[in-house]
Amino acid sequence: MASQVGQVGAAPAADLDVVRANPDVSAGPKARGGRFGDRIATGLLIFFAALWFVPLAWPVATALKPEAETTTIPVEWVASSVNLEAFRSVLSAGSLPRWYLNSALTSLAITAITVLLASLAAFGFSRARFRGRNVLFWVVPAQILIVPLFTQMQAFRMVDTYWGIILPQVASPIAVFIFKQFFDGIPRDLEEAATIDGASRLRIYWQIWMPLARSAIAAVSIFTFVASWNNFLWPFIVITNPDMMTLPVGLSQVQTAYGVRYAQIMASAVLGGLPLLIVFLFFQRQIVQGIAGTGIKG
Amino acid sequence: MTEVAKSLSTPTVRMARDDVSTRRTARTTGWRADLAGLGLVLPFLVAYGLFLIWPAIQGFRMSLFNWRLTGSGTTDFMGFTNYQETLEDPNFWSSIWHTILFTLLSTPPLVILSLFFALLANRVVPARWLYRLAFFSPNLLPSSVVALIWVWMYQPGFGLVSGYLVRLGFNEIGWLSDAGVAMVSVVITTVWWTIGFNFVLYLAGLQEIPRDIYEAAALDGATDLEQERSITLPLLARTTTLILVLQVLASLKVFDQIFLMTNGGPNFSTRPVIQYIYEQGFSTYRVGYASAMSYAFFLLILVVSLGQFGLLNRRRGQADG
Repeated sequence: MASQVGQVGAAPAADLDVVRANPDVSAGPKARGGRFGDRIATGLLIFFAALWFVPLAWPVATALKPEAETTTIPVEWVASSVNLEAFRSVLSAGSLPRWYLNSALTSLAITAITVLLASLAAFGFSRARFRGRNVLFWVVPAQILIVPLFTQMQAFRMVDTYWGIILPQVASPIAVFIFKQFFDGIPRDLEEAATIDGASRLRIYWQIWMPLARSAIAAVSIFTFVASWNNFLWPFIVITNPDMMTLPVGLSQVQTAYGVRYAQIMASAVLGGLPLLIVFLFFQRQIVQGIAGTGIKG
Repeated sequence: MTEVAKSLSTPTVRMARDDVSTRRTARTTGWRADLAGLGLVLPFLVAYGLFLIWPAIQGFRMSLFNWRLTGSGTTDFMGFTNYQETLEDPNFWSSIWHTILFTLLSTPPLVILSLFFALLANRVVPARWLYRLAFFSPNLLPSSVVALIWVWMYQPGFGLVSGYLVRLGFNEIGWLSDAGVAMVSVVITTVWWTIGFNFVLYLAGLQEIPRDIYEAAALDGATDLEQERSITLPLLARTTTLILVLQVLASLKVFDQIFLMTNGGPNFSTRPVIQYIYEQGFSTYRVGYASAMSYAFFLLILVVSLGQFGLLNRRRGQADG
């Protein structure tokens, strides 16, 4: 039956008129969408996709203009000359390279520590049972903790330090949850065989479980890295020294720093958005699957 | 991932039940396994306790004192006075209202439009990755980049939005300077920025619907729209609920884009509650008062989450019964 339907669908849809004339024939899967409906859908989709690209393209267009031609009325997409002057000046004069470094260091550290802590904890949770383990999955919105966390960081003398950015972001119950879900699926006899061979728990974790958990590690790493790279509120509060700022925090200051030099502001914005867009181009499938599988907002 | 878990766990359980000797060793080493398990969990527990539990407790303690960021905290105990002040502070209520208004304005388009895009993309087969790229990539931009781009686009006169609207014959609008419009402008930006997340979730949900259901419906003579209405939407109900729950909670926590685009203005007309808490804590240094407001806001989030879970469970109960 299904194959029959499939054949009707596979038939060239040039028979549109026939299909219309004969309702029985129209009852193929391609009647869903038909040709006409698909064309409307494609048109609408292209329109909206193009609309969504505009705010990505406009900063690039602005950044490529000479400063004097950024504020023309009516708006022009291409100026009299296209040059990379704005990019050159924000990279050489501004703190942008330093912010890249700060963001990269702190995000990588947060990601590595989160993966380590969460996988160890999940390993423990997955095998041992003790009372009240589920309490740990209690999630408090980080936004309501900013005030007490800041006074705590003051007490630890961690204001304006990398550790001040990193430490409050490493305890992720969601990461533990993802690892635990994965570990629960690893057969026990694998572990028992290793225990009989005299392997210690840590060796079992490191040599058997972690290599098996590659997909969980990838999922946790990607969402942790993206979330910490883009985190604004916490680094904004714990960092005041411009040299210690992460990229998002530093970029929140350029509007005032550059005044009305829009080409330079947009060049900074483009450079600020670029790293994760490149990451996305490479890991599109993993990122999308990670979201679809876990429903985790960055 | 869960599929793997399911398929692997069943035979293991059966094996353990059959093998009596395994069971005995498991029992005798039980307490040691507990201890070792705790040891593995410990590093996480320390971080969790230090940077989540402790600040949460400390925040409550602070809220009971006239605690200031400058100088020592526990000198001036005031009981629940900070909470009383919170309830009587018109600025607190107006900022709560802005947060709720943002949630009310941003949630419908973020859910409905993402569903619409996903339905279109699911139907159009070629170059699906391109649409995913278009709708999802803004989601990966840091909030400050989004703010820079949109403040520039919303510029009066030579900004892109105004430029085109004026060319089309519309009047100039003060996108970020008009108190009646600024919130809508922020919502538009937010929809552009974050819709990709819901889009991806919907697309995943759509791909789980078996094709032959549509084929059967088409055989029965159901039109496209009838199919979407009577097959797609009901089968997407679970995805929609998930998206709605996540979206409302995310919207209630709004801060970045409003703070960066309007700084809560003009004339405080867009200031969300998190910004007011931030200002009380870090501009006027009244961290005790800021903590009390944090807890009041947490209560709101808690009530909303519990309400949502109640709704979820009821819906699930209906589906089962």
